[in-house]
Amino acid sequence: MMTIGENMFLGNERRIALGIDWDETYRQADKLLRQVGLKEPATTLIKDIGTGKQQLVEIAKALSKDVKLLILDEPTSSLNEQDTKMLLDLLLSFKKKGMTSIIISHKLNELAYVADRITVLRDGSTIETIDNPEHNIDESRIIRGMVGREMTDRWPQREHNISEEVGMEVRSWTVHHPLYPEKTVVDSISFFVRKGEIVGFYGLQGAGRTELAMSIFGKSYGQQISGELFIDGIKMTLGSPREAINAGLAYVTEDRRGNGLILMKCIRENTTLACMRKISRRGIIDAEEEVLAAIEYRNRMDIKCHSVEQTVGTLSGGNQQKVLLGKWLFAEPQVLILDEPTRGIDVGAKYEIYCDMNQMVADGKSVVMISSEMPELLGMCDRIYVMNEGKSVAELSAEEATQEIIMAKILQSVAKEGSMTS
Amino acid sequence: MKETTAKGKTLTTIKSVMVKNTMIIILILVFILFDILTQGRLLYAQNMSNLLLQNAYVIILACGMLLCILTGGNIDLSVGCVVCVCGSIAAQLMDKTNINAILVIFATLGVALIIGCWHGFLIGYKRIPPFIVTLAGMFLFRGIARLILDSKTINCQNDLFLNIFSSYITFPGIDAGEVKWSAFIAGILVSIVYVIMSFIGRVKKSRKGYSTPSLGSTLTKISVISACVVFYSWKMAHYKGIPIMALWCILVVLIYAYLTKNTVFGRNFYAVGGNEKAAKLSGIDTNKIFFSAYVNVALLAGLCGLIVLARVGSVNGDTGTQYELDSIGACFIGGASAYGGSGTIGGAIVGAIVMGIINQGMSIYGLNTNWQFVIKGAVILAAVFFDIRFNHKNTAK
Repeated sequence: MMTIGENMFLGNERRIALGIDWDETYRQADKLLRQVGLKEPATTLIKDIGTGKQQLVEIAKALSKDVKLLILDEPTSSLNEQDTKMLLDLLLSFKKKGMTSIIISHKLNELAYVADRITVLRDGSTIETIDNPEHNIDESRIIRGMVGREMTDRWPQREHNISEEVGMEVRSWTVHHPLYPEKTVVDSISFFVRKGEIVGFYGLQGAGRTELAMSIFGKSYGQQISGELFIDGIKMTLGSPREAINAGLAYVTEDRRGNGLILMKCIRENTTLACMRKISRRGIIDAEEEVLAAIEYRNRMDIKCHSVEQTVGTLSGGNQQKVLLGKWLFAEPQVLILDEPTRGIDVGAKYEIYCDMNQMVADGKSVVMISSEMPELLGMCDRIYVMNEGKSVAELSAEEATQEIIMAKILQSVAKEGSMTS
Repeated sequence: MKETTAKGKTLTTIKSVMVKNTMIIILILVFILFDILTQGRLLYAQNMSNLLLQNAYVIILACGMLLCILTGGNIDLSVGCVVCVCGSIAAQLMDKTNINAILVIFATLGVALIIGCWHGFLIGYKRIPPFIVTLAGMFLFRGIARLILDSKTINCQNDLFLNIFSSYITFPGIDAGEVKWSAFIAGILVSIVYVIMSFIGRVKKSRKGYSTPSLGSTLTKISVISACVVFYSWKMAHYKGIPIMALWCILVVLIYAYLTKNTVFGRNFYAVGGNEKAAKLSGIDTNKIFFSAYVNVALLAGLCGLIVLARVGSVNGDTGTQYELDSIGACFIGGASAYGGSGTIGGAIVGAIVMGIINQGMSIYGLNTNWQFVIKGAVILAAVFFDIRFNHKNTAK
């Protein structure tokens, strides 16, 4: 509800005798926004700009305090590639002006691009510091420090036994924005996933992938949803997450802290939450069965904790993600939809999550993987759908897909849109 | 060197026991304090018996209020006024008509249920903030109660009704004398059953092969609790025996303790309060949970209205004033989180008893009511402060 300018000078207001000098606030804010490459006027409401731009506002805010040292913690985790590039270039330009920046990130290519020196931390201690004067360090060199060994395969091998049977199919799925019904967020998307198949969804931020997944998962997003959904060949209408879970769907959210886990509760309670009927009879919880189930999934997911009674909020990001995935595997879904399953977690945990996905498809289940990291999609998926602006713009098999082709498909669709509107 | 580490270890165990049972320790300290201040008068059989009867309303309301607080720190400001409405409906029905008291009880609870559904509908399905809905309810039902009473005080003289709520259980034969032995026998039976149940549970757990708390701590817990039960029943035996109202309280407490601890339905309240969005995506009907919380609290307020009517013997336009605040206070003293998602019925009951002891201790001591308010406020603040300090260190960021 606040404007960009108000946010930037929060707690650091430009004052005049009896209040705040708004003209000065917005004048300075505009200047700083230009510095970070934003063209929006400072009077824009913060909620009306995308997360990528919000991140830039955050940096502009830091600049308003005349900083000498800028520390960024995972600044790009919610940004698309374009915004990321812009942010990183901004850091390089700050460097020329003599400002020091520390960037904390899981994205190795970004570090390689921007950092002069890279320090690897693992289990709370410093492993090594690598100089990177030419900005061309090999990613596997960093990974070696992170996992303590050379990691030859970033993606586990698996047998491809894709069945002919289709696990889930969606036909001309259309979803409108929950607040602005005239805005189409997902526009007539059709796709299918076979049993034993991992299907990927790639798209830039705002392409409508999360919205597509959530609207399929019991209409958890949007309004005026239309289209047909088939699970195991049977047409379904799923009106609530409960119905979706009962139909064999699971949706692992991209925002584990926001709408995935109950951080104040323990591993045990989080694990069983989506499928309480497995550990209860007539609505009465069998406490012992619940503990055993939680321990089983703790072991299966290899969650590092001192007991299943540990509060989830105290776990590391990777372990939280494993709890979240364990929770949904506990529900024994036929179709598992993963939304950014490896965001903000370390390389070792990523690998384990990939293995869990492979296990799912080896058991003849279907997996849908939404990701903004192209290499992992290319490494994991059998087929990849490319989305842009709510539309499906390409369907590529694993063999034909490359980073260049995917980006080209997106750019083509943007160009087409442009020519149609102009 | 070795000695100091051993000492350090015992110190940390003592500390962890203290931290886990902060409220119980506060309860004991408050009890001892007022016992000394009143020169033992707090321990008189009559005072001990009244301790429960005078606070029955807080205990019952706190059970319902806890459900609301669990859903996300939401409170129900209207309970005091719902108590008043239900009390006055029952009183008027019995005073002006000849309807059987049992029917009156059901009719009153029916009205409470309708009020609960109304609040639950607005809060759960229309998503109007609970604070506003129940604030409106507070004015609305206070006014309606006064209209029903026609601004008078109505007495209740229906024997059947009074028997159901405010009489004492006596068995002819053993309770004829000065000491009502039935109360003492009941107390001993309850503690025996409790001891046996705890041991069976423990054996079952260790047989399944997962960790049980140390034998020492279990024994301490069992012996403290059974000692309290036996002691309290001894006191009741020396007054008038087991009050029926105590049975109502125990029934409500047991039902809600079981509900919150052992059922999927109860677990859902914690999930919704812990993270509403996550709960929703996990298939929980969050609207229904909000709805149920307010239905339950209103139903209990209805029961409370009947109990208060029976205990006081009359109802007027001010009956139930500030009951909502007492029950909210009990929940928070008992360790419920003001943001929802955590808190137990046991804690809320301990909270209710702490407030009750403070109230009664201060009255017996002869402190005037103005000071009683000051001290009650200070105790709520202190209790919650210590709770956050020791138990929620990792969550308070």
